[in-house]
Amino acid sequence: MHWESWSAFWDMGGRGFYVWGSYGVSFALIALELYFLHRTRKAVIRRLLRWRAARFEDTGEDA
Amino acid sequence: MNATQERRQRWRQGVEERQRSPRSLWRFAAPQQFYPLAGRLAPWFAAAAAVLAVAGLYLGFFVAPTDAQQGEVYRVIFLHVPAAWMSMFLYLVMAFWGIVGWVLNTRLSFMMAHALAPTGAIWCFIALWTGALWGRPTWGTYWVWDARLTSQLLLMFLYLGYLALTRAIEDPRRADRAGALLAIVGSINVPIIYFSVKWWNTLHQGASVSLTRAPSMATVMLVTMLIMAFAAWFYSIAVALWRVRTIILERERHTDWVAAELDRLAAKEKG
Repeated sequence: MHWESWSAFWDMGGRGFYVWGSYGVSFALIALELYFLHRTRKAVIRRLLRWRAARFEDTGEDA
Repeated sequence: MNATQERRQRWRQGVEERQRSPRSLWRFAAPQQFYPLAGRLAPWFAAAAAVLAVAGLYLGFFVAPTDAQQGEVYRVIFLHVPAAWMSMFLYLVMAFWGIVGWVLNTRLSFMMAHALAPTGAIWCFIALWTGALWGRPTWGTYWVWDARLTSQLLLMFLYLGYLALTRAIEDPRRADRAGALLAIVGSINVPIIYFSVKWWNTLHQGASVSLTRAPSMATVMLVTMLIMAFAAWFYSIAVALWRVRTIILERERHTDWVAAELDRLAAKEKG
């Protein structure tokens, strides 16, 4: 193992703020992207289902 | 109908015919064929990205040695360089799909460009963010207006400009073409970013990896960086494929096959 202890690992030779600030924000952004990807897909599917239902009502056809 | 319009229409019909041909690879240029293919491929790319990222982070934090000059803070490189590479590469891929869309008149090409833009913008932001946090302890400043950093910031604005432009134009066909034009013209900036450290005197260090000379870093560091780069690449492919599926559903909503897919999705939700 490269590190003597976990606290040495988190300290990153006194540069913990810069290292964890980089990785933390980056992985948070990636997680947000995946979350919004999922949410947008759900929202689009719901919107398209509503759009289709409304179109069938307009024309008086059966859905 | 004048001669040019007639030629265009014949060409479009030709494209559509080739897309319908079951033995031609062109069929995957048809959104209807690409939608299920993308759905099948994306999870594999995502899984590969996750495995590579875990391996890369393990190597980067527990195997790679302390850097003789920079100490531990250099470990930002394993994120910074792959993010910067992906931000440039994805912009070129966007421009490529823009050119294909303009030349071949394939709707799916424009949709691919749309699907790549948000991910490229995120990589671009990550490159700038990690660069700033790495610059502070090593250069003594978060930001400096030198050629490398300024051209990378311009790339960020090109991504944001593409996203704003394509969302501002309501007619999708015009939005596609305007966005593609911006991507194509803006791609001139990518070689400027890449070679900026050579052409100008900058604070930013030179290329870490080059095809013509031996790498300037220890092997384990180099291997870790490449593993992380592949992780970022596969992640981008997976996300772009997932995103393009949603775009296809919206764009093709008038077709029978999307109606059938919506029935399937609605049934699954009720489950």
